[in-house]
This record gives sequence, structure tokens and C-alpha cells, in this order.
Amino acid sequence: MSRFKHGWWLLALAIFIAYPLVETNPAYTTIGIFTLIFMACATSWNMFSGYSGYVNLGSAVFYGSGAYTMALFANHLHMAGNGDLFWLVPLGGVVASIIAIPVGLVALRVRRHTFVVITIAIFFVFQLSAINFSFTGGTSGMQLPFIPWFITNYNVPFYYVALGIVVFAALLSAVVRRSRFGLQLLAIRDDEDRAAGLGVRVFAVKLTGFALSAFAVGMGGALYAMFIGQIYPQFVFDPIFDISIALMAIFGGLGTFIGPLLGALVLESTQQLLTLKYSNGSLYLIIFGGVFLIVILFMPQGVVVAIRDAWARRAARRDGRVTVGATVNPGATS
Amino acid sequence: MTNLLKVEGVTRAFGGLQALSGCSLSVEKGSIAGLIGPNGSGKTTLFNVITGYVKPDAGTVTFDGRDITSARPSQVFTLGVGRTFQITRIFARITVLENMLVASQRQEGWLRGLTRSKSSTQEVAAAMEWLDFVGIARLASLQAGALSFGQRKLLELAYVLVADPDVILLDEPAGGVNLTLINEIAEKIRSLNKEGKTFLIVEHNMEFVMQICDAVTVMHQGVDLVSGTPEEIRNNPDVLDAYLGGPDDDDVDVAS
Repeated sequence: MSRFKHGWWLLALAIFIAYPLVETNPAYTTIGIFTLIFMACATSWNMFSGYSGYVNLGSAVFYGSGAYTMALFANHLHMAGNGDLFWLVPLGGVVASIIAIPVGLVALRVRRHTFVVITIAIFFVFQLSAINFSFTGGTSGMQLPFIPWFITNYNVPFYYVALGIVVFAALLSAVVRRSRFGLQLLAIRDDEDRAAGLGVRVFAVKLTGFALSAFAVGMGGALYAMFIGQIYPQFVFDPIFDISIALMAIFGGLGTFIGPLLGALVLESTQQLLTLKYSNGSLYLIIFGGVFLIVILFMPQGVVVAIRDAWARRAARRDGRVTVGATVNPGATS
Repeated sequence: MTNLLKVEGVTRAFGGLQALSGCSLSVEKGSIAGLIGPNGSGKTTLFNVITGYVKPDAGTVTFDGRDITSARPSQVFTLGVGRTFQITRIFARITVLENMLVASQRQEGWLRGLTRSKSSTQEVAAAMEWLDFVGIARLASLQAGALSFGQRKLLELAYVLVADPDVILLDEPAGGVNLTLINEIAEKIRSLNKEGKTFLIVEHNMEFVMQICDAVTVMHQGVDLVSGTPEEIRNNPDVLDAYLGGPDDDDVDVAS
């Protein structure tokens, strides 16, 4: 069973590896890169917010920090426009994780809706800082070293680095889900005070999870900056990014492993395709709105959970068994 | 016999409400101590002070010779004081077995949790043993949210036990459960006590308290009124006054 399951993951990975070899049109590999960046960010976001229930609507803080790390280091170290810039991608992750510590020290003191509001507030502090400080280049943003790669192959290295970030984020999410640490995050989601009363150092656990989840998002931001070659504060510290990441995870299934990967894959690629086909940058917002209404009304736990439940019910009906679910309460003693 | 848990002169106010005003209490090692009193007399607040959820304005809490007055809940638990809640609290969206595993790392550093798996075979075996002890082992793989109220009470007792605390604070273990289950819980408490566990129990069910407790403390308006054996408490006129209202604080308008 477990080997069978791993087989599917390897097949999926093989398809992702093969994609730029089969599809050589830069327009479509660009869509692949953006989709992968969002898959990594949504998975990483879910590793903290999905497991712990602390919905962070300020994840662009980490994305933007990663992007500015890339731009600032590349410029100040006078780096040339070549593959060496990729070394700054993990550095973007490190900086994002370091920034997550003071942010977490403030935001993680409060819970639920208050936490959401605080993360949004902190996000705007970062966006306004990037616009107003001089070392960030202000509203005109920052230029990165030009990379003189040939247009037909330009995307390929970016694509594989993005895929590497996805694999990293997914492995981290899986390791956390299986560790004692992940169990503690789930316990915090269900009842934080009770977890504290069972010896869980809730604040330390939350802060560690928060900083870990910032890492892949920071890497995603750094890679984005390098790929685009020019960053503006309103595009790397983008409120739409905050919401998109959260909605992708919720669409797929909050707190599930595969949900955010699937959510980002479907939604981001659809958005990019719509933009490409109809060159209408905001048509996707209308379609997204409709899709989310449907998902929240009919599949409140996300597509993955809805499919899994339907599958279990069908299998049970076929075998003539009774399912164990919310409707059945087996063995009640009182 | 030594005092394992000692509360001295604890005071705590919530705004204008004086929940505790100089409450003292001691629990002997290896005993089952009862804590009774009318609603609002400060029993649960005292539990919260002992376990670190509420900081007292004044007074001290000592456990096994150590001052734990300003310790955090996780630290108090790590030292060996487990508790259950009046309104049963379990982790509803993880399985019953996973509920048990949350508590099983009493002496472990938090970073260690990242590098190890959720559970060792040994921990799972110990958890299953405790689930079997309270009689819900067959529900181990179920989502805890699917449990009935009584099963939740048993699970809460079991996952406190899994970390092997020295003293266990139970907040209304018999509240809202049927007679069969009350007797079952009383029996579990007795058999654990025989193995050396110390208990402090808040309960409204007098029969339950009188039946299993070695010593009983009565609280009234934030102070400990009297302490003694169940027999002494039963015959104490002050206790009757506290529960039924004494002649002083009763404005009866019937001429006598």
C-alpha cells in the first residue's frame, strides 16, 4: 500500500521533470515556473497555518523579503548575470526565516481572528517600508543583473530550481506531519491551552513552525526576483499573494498534505493560462471568486477531503459495510 | 506522610471579583484529597493557579518542595502535575491514539520533537495499555471528535496518565456521566491510588467524594473553610451553612 502510494508520487515527479523537455514554448514553461513557485509557497504555508490553525494572511512578508534579499545581495556583491545567482535563493529562505522570528514573537501572542488581523497589519508595515526606504529603491523597485541566456532555454534552469523548492517544501511538510512536532501543531490547532497542560511548549512550537514555513516562501520570492529581473514593492509585497496562497491551500484542503499542492497546481496554472489566452489580467479574479463560493458551500474542507470521503463511501457501499463517520457513533457508553 | 502539594495563602481577583482570598490547601503524598464547595467558591480557579493557567496575586504553590507559583502550564505538567478540565477537553480532529501521544514526552526538549517520529513502538504500546485500562482501546484509531461525552472523560483521564504524573488533579470527574461510569471512574482512581498516585478531586457528587477521598477540604467564598476526613466534614455545621446558607446571610422574612 505504502509502496504503491510512493509510486504515484514518483510518477508525478517524473511528469514534472519531463514537462520542459516536452513543452519547449517559453510561454508555457513560464506558466510552469509560476505554478511551481505557488505550489511551494502554498505547501509551506500549509505546513504552519494548515497544521496549527493559525491562518497567516501576511505570507507575502516572506516572499518579498526573499525577493529583496536576492536583489540587494546581487547588486551589492556586484554579481554577474549568470547561474551563480541561484546561490542567493536559499539565502532568501534564510533571511525570510530570520524575519519570521520577530514577526512571530509579535503575532503569535494572539489567536484566531486577531492573529489574522495582526499578520495583515505586519504585511502592510513591510510593504510601506519597501516603498519608503531608500535602500530598497522605493517605488521604482530594484533591477537585477541581466542574465544573457538564449530565449529558448532561458526558462529551463529556473523551472528545475522551482521544482527543487517544491520538493523541499513537500518533504518538509511530510516530515513535520509525521513528527512529534507536527502532532503538537495539530494539538495546538484543536486546543492550545489543553496542549500546554500536557507539557507542549506551545509558544516555542508555534514560533519554530512559523519560521520553518517562511523558508520555502522566501526561496520562492528570491527565485521570482531572479526570474523576472526587476522587482517592485507592490508586486513582491502583494496582498493578492497573501490571499492566493491561503485560498489555494483551503481550496485543496487545509491541513492536508496533498491539498495545497493540488490547489496551487490547478488555480495558478488556470490563472496563468487565462491571462495568456485572453490577455485579461483580472478575469481570473472573477472565476476564482465563483470557484471559491462553490468549494466553500459544497466542499468546506477542500476538494481533497471531499473526494477522499466520497471515495470511502463508495468503497463502503460496494463492500456492503457501514462507514465510520460523523453520522455513526460506534460503541457509545453513555 | 509528607505534603506533596501545598498551597499557601493564595489570592486572586478578576476585576472586582475576589475569586480566591487567602486559600490554603495541602495534599499528602499517596492520598486521595477532595475539594468541595458551592458553585463559585473558587475551586476551579484554585486548580488553574496550581497548574499555572492563572497567576495568583499573592501566595505560593509548592510541589514536592519546589516553588511552582510562577511556572507555566507546560512546566507544571513536566514536573509531574497532571490535570483534567471541568468541561472535557480533547483534541477533536486527531485520532484517539494521537491524543495519547501528545502527552507522552514529558521530559523531552521541544526541538527533539522535530527530528523524531510521532511515536516509538514503545510509546504506542504504553498508550494502548492506558487506553485499555480505561476501557476505550478499541476506539484508538477513531477521530477523537467522534467519541461520546463519557468516552471523552475516559480519554482525558488516560492521556494525563500516559506521562506518569505524580499528582493528578481531576475537575469534576463524575460530572454529567451516568452511574455505571461514575463507579467505573471511582474504581480506576482507587486502583491508581494503590499504585502510589496522588489525587486532588473537585466534585459536586457528595457520595462520590465521601466514598473515595481520604481527606476533604471545603471551600467557601475563596477561602478554605475546613479540612478533615469525610466523616468530620459530614458532621461539620459550618459546611452545612456554606452549602445551604447559614442563619447570618439569610434574610428570611418569616417571623419566628
